[in-house]
Amino acid sequence: MLGKLDWSAIPFHEPIPLGAALVVFLAAVAVLGWITVKGYWSYLWNEWITSVDHKRIGVMYIVLAALMLLRGFIDAIMMRSQQVMAVHGPGYLPPEHYDQIFSAHGTIMIFFAGMPFVIGLMNFAVPLQLGIRDVAFPTLNSVSFWLTASGALLVNISLVVGEFARTGWLPYAPLSETTYSPGVGVDYYLWAIQISGVGTLLTGVNFVTTILKIRAPGMGYLRMPMFCWTSLAASLLIVAAFPVLTATLAMLTLDRYLGFHFFTNEAGGNQMMFVNLIWAWGHPEVYILVLPAFGIFSEIFSTFSSKPLFGYRSMVAATLFICIVSFMVWLHHFFTMGAGANVNAAFGIATSVIAVGTGVKIYNWLFTMYGGRVRFDTPMLWAMAFVTTFIIGGMTGVLLAVPPADFMLHNSLFLVAHFHNVIISGVLFGAFAGYTYWFPKAFGFRLHEGWGKAAFWATLAGYILVFAPLYIVGLKGMTRRLQHIEVDAWVPWLQIAAVGIVVMIAGAALQIVQLWVSIRDRESLRDETGDPWDGRSLEWSTPSPPPSFNYAHLPHVENEEPYWSIKQRAMEEQDPQEVEYEPIHMPRNSPTGFITAFFATLIGFALIWHIWWLAVAGFVGAYATFVVFAWRDRTEVEIPAEEVERIDRDSRATQLAWLRQRERVT
Amino acid sequence: MLAPAVTAAALLSGCAGGVLDPQGPIGAGNRTILLNSLAVMLVIVIPTLIALLFFAWKYRASNTKARYDPEFTYSGRIELIVWSIPTLTILFLGGLIYYGSHALEPSRPIASERATLQIQVVSLDWKWLFIYPEHAIGTVNRLVIPTGTPIRFTLTSGSVMNVFFVPQLGSMIYVMNGMRSQLHLQADNPGVYYGQSAHFSGDGFSDMNFEVEALPPEEFATWTAAQRNAGGVLNAAAYQELARQSIDEPVRVFGHVQPGLFDAIVRQTLPPAPRPLATAAGPPPRPRGRLRGPRATRRSGPNEPNPTRPATATNRAKERIDDARKARLVRNSIP
Repeated sequence: MLGKLDWSAIPFHEPIPLGAALVVFLAAVAVLGWITVKGYWSYLWNEWITSVDHKRIGVMYIVLAALMLLRGFIDAIMMRSQQVMAVHGPGYLPPEHYDQIFSAHGTIMIFFAGMPFVIGLMNFAVPLQLGIRDVAFPTLNSVSFWLTASGALLVNISLVVGEFARTGWLPYAPLSETTYSPGVGVDYYLWAIQISGVGTLLTGVNFVTTILKIRAPGMGYLRMPMFCWTSLAASLLIVAAFPVLTATLAMLTLDRYLGFHFFTNEAGGNQMMFVNLIWAWGHPEVYILVLPAFGIFSEIFSTFSSKPLFGYRSMVAATLFICIVSFMVWLHHFFTMGAGANVNAAFGIATSVIAVGTGVKIYNWLFTMYGGRVRFDTPMLWAMAFVTTFIIGGMTGVLLAVPPADFMLHNSLFLVAHFHNVIISGVLFGAFAGYTYWFPKAFGFRLHEGWGKAAFWATLAGYILVFAPLYIVGLKGMTRRLQHIEVDAWVPWLQIAAVGIVVMIAGAALQIVQLWVSIRDRESLRDETGDPWDGRSLEWSTPSPPPSFNYAHLPHVENEEPYWSIKQRAMEEQDPQEVEYEPIHMPRNSPTGFITAFFATLIGFALIWHIWWLAVAGFVGAYATFVVFAWRDRTEVEIPAEEVERIDRDSRATQLAWLRQRERVT
Repeated sequence: MLAPAVTAAALLSGCAGGVLDPQGPIGAGNRTILLNSLAVMLVIVIPTLIALLFFAWKYRASNTKARYDPEFTYSGRIELIVWSIPTLTILFLGGLIYYGSHALEPSRPIASERATLQIQVVSLDWKWLFIYPEHAIGTVNRLVIPTGTPIRFTLTSGSVMNVFFVPQLGSMIYVMNGMRSQLHLQADNPGVYYGQSAHFSGDGFSDMNFEVEALPPEEFATWTAAQRNAGGVLNAAAYQELARQSIDEPVRVFGHVQPGLFDAIVRQTLPPAPRPLATAAGPPPRPRGRLRGPRATRRSGPNEPNPTRPATATNRAKERIDDARKARLVRNSIP
């Protein structure tokens, strides 16, 4: 009836996961109780859960990412403290638990913190920047989000029911085959990633279509903001790379469930094939994460330097260059597998060639600041921290692309320090910068600057304190994923890193305080104008928060910086009284995404525990949901012209007054 | 900012035991390439960092003396420089990569007047087996090598992937079941070096460290001779026993290793390690040897007893039974 599932799946004998699960469970009960008491359920259901509004979906992605970021960060704290405590001793985490923690840390941070954060910002900002009302497939967008949430849920269920993978964040065969990993851990990994991977692929399809086919009148490709370009590049990479991941994991699934031999030791399986395939996805994945972040930084460098982006076309070229070359470098993840001198040299050179594209971007950001008026608000601080530390991370990356250097540093803590150096400064700082930058647009009030700056400095200091020692200890020969330490020379450096993680905890806490203080003081932080940063692209021309239809009239784009030129003309010749309003058709909200994800979670859970009837039931349910959606009669709601006018007129008047005042000042 | 600081700190602390303190030609060659590449990149990275901080500071909004030039958004000349600086650096680095990949390719023999010593390496869950085919002896979790002598490692795995890595000797290499990797290393100075697996392989992974002892050639000869009289016999049956999952296995010596054993493992006529002792619900295997702590770092000279596990009566009895039962398997698996 319940397959492999019985009471032994609950880790009653392990206090740490059980305690953590209990805390999470109580917190969830408290939140749900609060929602019930306050009577917010119908608001939540109608305005958020069933919403197909790209802005709402974007916000939900970021909420999910923030929660998972905290979960992954707790894993990181446990790893750092374990290595400090387990010198010539067992520490407090036994191997079978420690192995799950570092596997979960990587999986969660990449798939459920990094990806949702970046995709959330894309969801929120890209349609606004393109001057349109929604993405190409709004309901599909909702499905994508809820499938991602479903994957995240499965990973977190593994904390209490069964176990998570003990293989590392990429389940290298044959360790991940049933011979060596007979438990459900790898199955949790496989189904969580497969379900959320479908969501990610659909997002990619959605954004490629949106950016290529739907833009405001006059917005040619070379008038799109840089963030749209990098989002396009990332979405193209998703469409090209995620099927590789899905296929690779499907092959591993066949090995595990039906006794196939794709990657096994026996019967002609080839484990190196798994490594090649997983990195054929894995390396583009790095750029799926970091390219949108590059776009965010481009917006920020330009806005906070009060200058257009320097070398726009060069930036576009560099982005597409990175996009293509990122598919030709995967072998650098295993130079030490003995492919031979020529293969290693070819992939080493290809890898370092990517640095040309990144180098061009860094110089263009530098020249964007040249001759500008640089304002150091929190987003700009994140951008400066990014560009200075990313150079170091990029440089150590190119160093690892030199095969003889990699022969000594592969899988060392030097490598760990390198990829955290680029992912934290690139993706995480980019996400934080984008969060601070677009927060006023999303909610109508700014985040508190003082707390934001405090959080920034603590996070930056903690990050350097954690990872600079890891570079050194890597050069001292320490390899990754060690549950206990036997070499005394490493210990002082690990202790510095542990101090660093305490500082990072302070950074995270300050960021939570910032959010809380900002919500509390929202009236004094209110953004009346819709343009808190003196922005240059179209999203700043709508009020904050934007109405559900984004723009009462689709903007006409005449150059690369449409909103900046609107401000330059100060809308003098446009008389707001003469504008005519038309009704706007917007897609209807739909619970399809939520229901599909509910059934997908059932399917995943059932397949993990071999509860076959439940898997079939879940599949039937998901298919029925799809059929019901496909046969729907009404797809749109009409917002009447009077309603549009009412919403638009007030904000227009405020904005116009502000622009005229600004005109007088300057 | 960060990189020079890290490098300086690493060099100042001597990096004893790390990859920047190589004890042989391969490690030294790798280090040279690493430092040269770093130098090539620092030549542009440091000025770029300084320029970034300087521009951000100079053009700060509060600095009224700085010229505001919002129209400066394109310059063909700057674009040319912007693309050519990284390109030229990468061209230079590309040369280093090509040269380095060929000069330090792990399968490339080390030129030497001394004859190359063959050592076969098998990674097991979770220990290392070293076989000296020329001497027909074997060790577990301890590698003894002669100094100044090129060593040709032929490596495979008896179970999952691992990486054979002795930081102070240089290059590492993956070991995989059913496959044979090649690696050439050499130790120039006598000493004890730390070795470990550099690729996660399961619960006992953290204890897959081993001691590498480099002895002068004459002492090495004495050592090999002494091993022939010590320890048990490693044949297919004993290998099956050894291949079982165990954590923190103590150092052992096999006075005789059946010829062809390594090839049988590679060809998988000796099957890979059996299923793990742990299941999803059940407890994992506990350490079988000493609980924790570094392996004996004492050098065992020719006059000292070798740290081998005494062959207990139970072990010997078991060996006899297994030998009888598996004699046919051995004949079939080893040509």
